[in-house]
Amino acid sequence: MTPEDMDLLAALGRARAGVRIETEKPYLIESRLAPLARRESYDSIDALIAALRSKREERLIWAVVEALCRSETRFFRGRETFAQLRDQVLPALSQRRRETPIRIWSAACATGQEVYSMAIAAAEAPGLFPGARFEFFGSDLSERSLEKAQAGIYTQFEVQRGLPIRLLIKYFESQDDTWAISPRIRQMVRWKRINLLADLSAMGRFDVILLRNVLGGMEASLRGKVARALAALLPEDGVLVLDPEDDASEIDEVLTPAPGGHGIYLRDPSIRAAAAA
Amino acid sequence: MKTCLVVDDSRVIRKVARRVLEDIGFEIAEAADGMEALAWCRAAMPDAVLLDWNMPVMNGIDFLRQLRAEPGGAAPKVIFCTVENSPDHIRAALEAGADEYIMKPFDGDIIEAKFAEAGLL
Repeated sequence: MTPEDMDLLAALGRARAGVRIETEKPYLIESRLAPLARRESYDSIDALIAALRSKREERLIWAVVEALCRSETRFFRGRETFAQLRDQVLPALSQRRRETPIRIWSAACATGQEVYSMAIAAAEAPGLFPGARFEFFGSDLSERSLEKAQAGIYTQFEVQRGLPIRLLIKYFESQDDTWAISPRIRQMVRWKRINLLADLSAMGRFDVILLRNVLGGMEASLRGKVARALAALLPEDGVLVLDPEDDASEIDEVLTPAPGGHGIYLRDPSIRAAAAA
Repeated sequence: MKTCLVVDDSRVIRKVARRVLEDIGFEIAEAADGMEALAWCRAAMPDAVLLDWNMPVMNGIDFLRQLRAEPGGAAPKVIFCTVENSPDHIRAALEAGADEYIMKPFDGDIIEAKFAEAGLL
């Protein structure tokens, strides 16, 4: 790859997904583009990039952007965050919502581990309102990630990172050398390809939105816009979940961090009322 | 420093596990079968046991059942590490008192994740 190639990729990532492509890490870019080049029958990454320039074909451009944006994930990534959601956030919400469905959205769900972890956390949560109902949504930029997420089939390596063995036995079925999430969990989740830079105002209300592994990789100028757009979908007592290390200064007018420092943010009605007065 | 007894009849596996566990701050003892492991535990109970299933002399599950019946034998966190990956094997291990379970092949990342799950890190 030439410096011009890297600039082209960085420009595509920025324009299409708001994602900051780390041009100082060419090996990372190459490791993500190599499988795509093979799949598209190009001899090399250079040939793939040459085709990108000459054809300017939308489908290929998106395939490249999706490959560049693909992120590592794992079950229960951020154990303390999930423990707080399971033990505090979900029980409190369910006591208020009673039988009204609690809607939970994993806004960059990658290959599905995060949204399935949430569904398992809800199934394991103590002190829920009897008859509490949950609806889960997983969205991602990458169609290929969504296909894998929807299938719910994971390798032995994937289920051993972050997933306690008792939960593996309880919520997965063994299939040859892979593990499939049980149908009762899988059927609770709906999937959609969503670009978080698009207009999200018609998404409807969500009680809990997970926006993790996203802001840190975004162009700084877009972080606040995306976080605020998602925060706007929350009800008064809704919850936004970021990575603990994310900079939340762009949303601190509408959201307050929950105690614990695990990246959980609450809408704070008192602050909003004061701003309106 | 926490101690971990690595029980496996393969010297290569013991060596790999030792390197990973030393990196995350454990002091390591090694045993090649369940009987040897039991002798170790009677002399000095470790904080953790990384335990293979199929071994000569005494296998992992028999060792675990015996360990849990020993004085002080309820204390160590026991993490199986075996090629046996069927749900039946995993259930049997949990019923015998295992805390976590690693299916081979493993890597350092998995060992670290599982030791964290067992509350050892």
